Amino acid sequence: MDHVFYTLQDFLLHTESVTYLLVIATLVGMTLFWLFLAGGKNKD
Amino acid sequence: MAQVTTAEHKSIFSLFNLIALIVLGFGVYITYLRFTGGLAAVTNLSDYNPWGIWISFDLLCGVALAAGGYVTSAAVYLFGMKNYHSAVRPAVLTGFLGYALVVLALQYDVGRPWRLPYPLVVQQGTTSVLFEVGLCVAMYLTVLFVEFSPAALEWLGLKKARNLVVKLTILLTIFGVVLSTMHQSSLGSLFLIAPSKLHPLWYSPYIPIYFFVTSIIAGLSMVIFESTLSHRFFAYKMDETHHKEANGVTLGFGKAASYVLAGYFAIKVMGISSGNQWHFLKTGYGTWYLVELLGFVALPSLLYAIGVRVKSLGLIKFTSVLAILGVILNRFNVCLVAFNWQLPSSERYFPHWMEIGISVFIVMIGLLLYRFIVTRMPILYSHPDYQDVH
Repeated sequence: MDHVFYTLQDFLLHTESVTYLLVIATLVGMTLFWLFLAGGKNKD
Repeated sequence: MAQVTTAEHKSIFSLFNLIALIVLGFGVYITYLRFTGGLAAVTNLSDYNPWGIWISFDLLCGVALAAGGYVTSAAVYLFGMKNYHSAVRPAVLTGFLGYALVVLALQYDVGRPWRLPYPLVVQQGTTSVLFEVGLCVAMYLTVLFVEFSPAALEWLGLKKARNLVVKLTILLTIFGVVLSTMHQSSLGSLFLIAPSKLHPLWYSPYIPIYFFVTSIIAGLSMVIFESTLSHRFFAYKMDETHHKEANGVTLGFGKAASYVLAGYFAIKVMGISSGNQWHFLKTGYGTWYLVELLGFVALPSLLYAIGVRVKSLGLIKFTSVLAILGVILNRFNVCLVAFNWQLPSSERYFPHWMEIGISVFIVMIGLLLYRFIVTRMPILYSHPDYQDVH
């Protein structure tokens, strides 16, 4: 994470790549969390 | 009704009233000092620290915690969740009192109250985010007053005026949501101007979104918290519908708060990622940031979810306090703790006891007004003349 970036291109490529991976993880995570939230005794 | 009679004839010499009297006495004294001696007489504010807890707590927390009004009325009137209808009036009342007290608190900070309308009628700073905040708060306070007015009009027996205002409900709700979306986020936008002063972990181009999303969390949690307190102290005022719907409101709002908290956690992590601020997490400020993010965002989200799954009302009510503390902590962090973070500790701000005194004074005024209104007006019950109108 302490990597030195020499160009804006490098910086954005790195940060956007990590962020896009987080977006995908969030979409999956939020779906699973909703299933968890809607489960339990609420099914009754 | 027997219960009502008993409660209404309670002695006025209660412990709460005694504490309220002392707080009000101190508050009036500090108010006198503030408006005769200026800010220096009662605050620790300085050129380095031009705002303190009157902004971080009274204004930023006050506005966020008053968000229950627009959240609840949007859920009921725009999204058709009629089973939460009994929560609307208490939430709107809390919102109205919250915003009114925000404006009152602002007078202590900026002084010269007679100049309050200047930004509207004398000099419009249309390039300033603060102008937009001021305009939205002024308009939203008016909207909340009109939204609240049917209860007062029913109490006063003014049927025609009441029926006229009720016809505006949908319009007012839409206004409320639009204005809240604008100024809740704009309060965050104020900090966009200070990237060098706000710690990088709290500063983000997404800070307006953070402020708006946390206002929803605060609004949902405040409705649960306020409902808990109302059931504790004003249960004798509630009608059957209110009692019947209360558990559903707690479960439904807890579920919504859990999911919004989870989403907020995700966008906060994305904020760190997009600014590549990971290395700051290893510092002291990073530890404090993780306390806020894990202890007051992730944990309440999980506890709300568990509470909803196992239908534990106690757990959801406890979590609502944790979530509210989380929003307060966030506003304090953004406004005070992480602000001016590069200043030496000798130059940092710590509130004067009289600043805290004024904040307590304003909260006390809110509590007394709330009690005055709910014990007289149809807030926690439907007025007998309008039972079928809802």
